Amino acid sequence: MLFAIYSLLSAGLFAVLDAGDVALTEAAVGAGISTILFLAVLTLAGREERPTRGKNRLALAVVVVTGACLIYAAGDLPDFGEADNPVQVHVAPYYIEQTYADMGIPNMVAAVLAGYRSIDTMGEAFVILTAGLGVVALLSVPPRRRRRKHKPTQTEDDS
Amino acid sequence: MAGLGHFNYWVVVILMMIGFYAVIARGNMVKKIMGLNLFQTSVFIMFISAGKIIGGSTPVLREGVTVYSNPLPHVLILTAIVVGVATTAVGLALAVRILEAYGTIEDDELIDPAEQSPDETQPGMSSGKGDTSA
Amino acid sequence: MRTNGILRVIARFLIPLIMLFALYIQFHGEYSPGGGFQAGVVFAAAWILFALIYGLDAALEVIPERAQFVLACLGVLLYCFVGLLGVILGGRFLDFRPLLDSPHAAQQTGIVAVEFGVGVTVAACAMLFFTFFARRKREIDAAEAGDDA
Repeated sequence: MLFAIYSLLSAGLFAVLDAGDVALTEAAVGAGISTILFLAVLTLAGREERPTRGKNRLALAVVVVTGACLIYAAGDLPDFGEADNPVQVHVAPYYIEQTYADMGIPNMVAAVLAGYRSIDTMGEAFVILTAGLGVVALLSVPPRRRRRKHKPTQTEDDS
Repeated sequence: MAGLGHFNYWVVVILMMIGFYAVIARGNMVKKIMGLNLFQTSVFIMFISAGKIIGGSTPVLREGVTVYSNPLPHVLILTAIVVGVATTAVGLALAVRILEAYGTIEDDELIDPAEQSPDETQPGMSSGKGDTSA
Repeated sequence: MRTNGILRVIARFLIPLIMLFALYIQFHGEYSPGGGFQAGVVFAAAWILFALIYGLDAALEVIPERAQFVLACLGVLLYCFVGLLGVILGGRFLDFRPLLDSPHAAQQTGIVAVEFGVGVTVAACAMLFFTFFARRKREIDAAEAGDDA
């Protein structure tokens, strides 16, 4: 549930950041398909997880150190939203100016995705198909006799 | 310090570290996959926020708009979102199969019942022990 | 959920609207944010809503599993076919210019065809995911019932 809310919030964030296509995709995919799949698996696995033994200090330390390094490194990146950022001045102006002349369609994202860079989108369609085949291959085997180890876990509810 | 111009990167790093922690510190496989998704989403936010121009608008050509946000990161992230859901689906299918084969999706309990030696559960990173002999 | 009156009424109203919206996103993807991926996922979401409310069996009668397989492959094949059409008509792979006379019309047609292929594949795969995950519980219960018998 929190996961679905998180996906919707990030979709809202994308919409505010002027990314219409991405917001639509993230909302549909994150709050729709991903959440459904997680719910389906949690139905099978049980909603509660076994409480963790002890405090995971090593993991926490690794995470804090990595985060600190990343924040320090982010100090060199250009400021947010400036119009003369390096990312805005090299290739992007060509696409913004030439898309209508080359393609005749207003949506620049679709033009780049399906026109200028079609092969990448074909690769992505193949990836989706492969994932579908993978899921079919994994889940079309009927379940065997279950070993008597399955014990429903108790206490902590984290979803 | 770096100042307010970088706060979007801080948000990204915080989300990324939460996802990272979920992947390495939790034994429950579904939690790990959720952590991976969280990590992915933080990377998307980083790219999209890097492509934004303050005062620009959605990169669809229309009347009355002169400054557009950069369309190229959007293309990249569209592909990435869809690939992410594909990976999640396959990962969850694997988790379901592991659940059926071993009766549990907790990393620490994935010992082959044929051998009776319990590789004992350390409170540390147990992510290396999830090998299934499937 | 079949017996919950409110859900049924709202679903009966919403599901065709959602499918129509998916088609709108698909074909209007050139003029507004949208395109193949979004449309495919929204269409699959409408089908999943139907499956949640009326049951997986009823949903599988509407779009059977076999059809989902075939559609998933057909979408990618359509994409590759459009690409090969570019080669056959004299250009490069996935070159849209040889398809029609006016360059703008050629690009637009190529883009619409290609996005449709992607949309079909994404919708079919999302439906496949849901079908296989949702059936697993039933299969596990059947296997266990067969055990204890």
